[in-house]
Amino acid sequence: MENKEKNTITVDGIEVELDGERNLLEVIRKAGIDMPTFCYYPELSIYGACRMCVFEDEKGRIDSSCSTIPRAGMAVKTNTARLRRYRKDILELLLANHCRDCTTCEKNDSCKLREFAAKYGLTDVRFPNTKKEPEIDDSSACIVRDASKCILCGACVRVCSEIQNVGAIAFAKRSSKVTVSTAFGVPISRTNCIGCGQCAAYCPTGAITVRNDTQKVWDALADKDTYVTAQIAPAVRVAVSKEFGLEDGENVIGKICTALRYMGVDEVYDTTVGADMTVFEETEEFVRKLENGDKLPMFTSCCPGWIRFAEKNYPELLPQISTCRSPMQMLASALSKKLDKKCASEGKKHYHIAVMPCTAKKFEAKREEFAGMVDAVITTVELIKMIKQSGLMFDKIKPSDPDSVYGPSSGAGVIFGVTGGVTEAVIRKAANDSSDSALEEISYTGVRGLEGVKEACVKLSDREIKIAVVSGLANTSALLESIKEGKHYDLVEVMACPGGCICGGGQPHAEDDGTKNNRARGLYSSDERSVIRTSQQNKQVEELLSSFGGEKHHLLHVNYVK
Amino acid sequence: MNSSTFDYAVVDRILGEIGCKQCNTIAILQAIQEYYRYLPQEIFPYISEKMGVSEATIYGVATFYENFSLEPKGRYVIKVCDGTACHVRLSLPVLEALRKELGLSADKKTTDDLKFTVETVSCLGACGLAPAMTINDVVHPTMTPEKAVAILNELKREAYKDET
Repeated sequence: MENKEKNTITVDGIEVELDGERNLLEVIRKAGIDMPTFCYYPELSIYGACRMCVFEDEKGRIDSSCSTIPRAGMAVKTNTARLRRYRKDILELLLANHCRDCTTCEKNDSCKLREFAAKYGLTDVRFPNTKKEPEIDDSSACIVRDASKCILCGACVRVCSEIQNVGAIAFAKRSSKVTVSTAFGVPISRTNCIGCGQCAAYCPTGAITVRNDTQKVWDALADKDTYVTAQIAPAVRVAVSKEFGLEDGENVIGKICTALRYMGVDEVYDTTVGADMTVFEETEEFVRKLENGDKLPMFTSCCPGWIRFAEKNYPELLPQISTCRSPMQMLASALSKKLDKKCASEGKKHYHIAVMPCTAKKFEAKREEFAGMVDAVITTVELIKMIKQSGLMFDKIKPSDPDSVYGPSSGAGVIFGVTGGVTEAVIRKAANDSSDSALEEISYTGVRGLEGVKEACVKLSDREIKIAVVSGLANTSALLESIKEGKHYDLVEVMACPGGCICGGGQPHAEDDGTKNNRARGLYSSDERSVIRTSQQNKQVEELLSSFGGEKHHLLHVNYVK
Repeated sequence: MNSSTFDYAVVDRILGEIGCKQCNTIAILQAIQEYYRYLPQEIFPYISEKMGVSEATIYGVATFYENFSLEPKGRYVIKVCDGTACHVRLSLPVLEALRKELGLSADKKTTDDLKFTVETVSCLGACGLAPAMTINDVVHPTMTPEKAVAILNELKREAYKDET
């Protein structure tokens, strides 16, 4: 009664103030209780399948907290003998028909099922193991599925349809035969999957994993006749630290450079150089389109998931997508031009690795338009694995600078890794004012923040430029529909993953906003600390671009229109 | 038949009548099945695009409900009830007699010439008539293996009449 007046709930004796939480689970977590869940994610719809988040009320009734509406005056318990037994039973039942070869599983170090089995003291499974034979679908360049390791939490299904509006996979069949499947069980590469890898990031077990290309890279590094170069994307540098006990979101680009060199990479580049090239090219293209009165909006082209999504769902928009290659491909083009022949003349093969926050980049690298430019794409998660395998004590190694033939890249290139960053970088270039006050003004136009859809308006030589920044493909679909209905924008930045590349499918999964914000902050503060903050200040890139002469378009642009 | 030669006129008519909304998925699938006697694979990408619902999601609905079939069914669909009442009054011998007569099994439910389909159903709600079966939704009460085979032979005469 007393709690009711006070608008509070008692969780294990701790009084917690209610503040519009959408379910009891959020209230319990607010009380500082680490409630286990397989199927619950705040940004997805509530599914209530795993039953790990059970609680007991005053009358001893048990229910799942994720699907219970919090009411003032409730007094709940989360750690009674019955609940502990229930959770263990659930884990035992899940393991009854689950593969238990944890030691050789790709998700070994990040599997929630393995983690909870250890955490809740599971020492024995009473039931005979009725695990199914592996059902592996490795048709995709980006992800690998093994339905036999699926615990039917439905996170992949929900993120694919609710966040990405793709729906390549869904639950099929019913009862004991339920499975997560493509339509008619066809290989995922033959569906409308865009390879964003969000399903793999959300999957709590080894049922969906990012394709592991690390062995390919180790082989290249071990080959004496191979000259290996690497590039590191902006978002990677802020998603590695947490795994090694460093501050979450800390920019560790220097340590990554050292680690890659230690593993045997001959030249290490920062993809932000590619981003600076993109800014030059994309701004020029945008201004040209504005002046020519071409059809607008112009859409950005950095995100391979978005390109794939547009190809499959909005082919009519392809002519409006910038012809700029992604920063990864621009830098790869420049390096290929610089090194391929040189290496060949020394009897070596130039092998280029791209370290990306993104699974779709694996597909992009294999596109026929870019064949042979990037030999291997490894994600942040794979990089972390490689660092661990190398034996390096990452927290202790000294940072080193990336190779700098293309100059110190700009802060504008660094913020490509977060939603709104490409737009902000392009505005900085188009406004052509590198003073601190001008940059600060741009940062407040509304392009920053992790919201899914942002609008901004900037003035470029007396013209009002209307901009939309969107991340997550469901948000993108909604925006495209509003454009079809007549809403006008001049420039639209699209990133397939919500929040941009910092939350890419190849990153360690950021389960809460804290980590996402830390990563975004890590990039913005690196930008602030950069010696140069606009792409036009990067004179080496400007010289490089003019050195390409007539070849420039061929090297840095692409036409996706078929 | 591949998707380029499939005639979508029927599907278009159904979509027009029912409306291309996600909440109509089941009704649309039912109407399509009523026409084709099953759900041809070609319709999935087509209605997915029209309805703005992913193919995998529609496939999920189609495989969830026992009543939808992804396999072509025969001209005569015989459903033998195997609910509790029919089962205890010996529905299984009826089922076995029909299967034997047509060379069918639990896995192979339809004859190669697409004339007959034999399947079980969990309860027809006609327990007073047990054991019951339906042929194209017409109920045949108090079956025995002999009676069922006699009915089947009659149907066979009808089915193959045009060909002899």
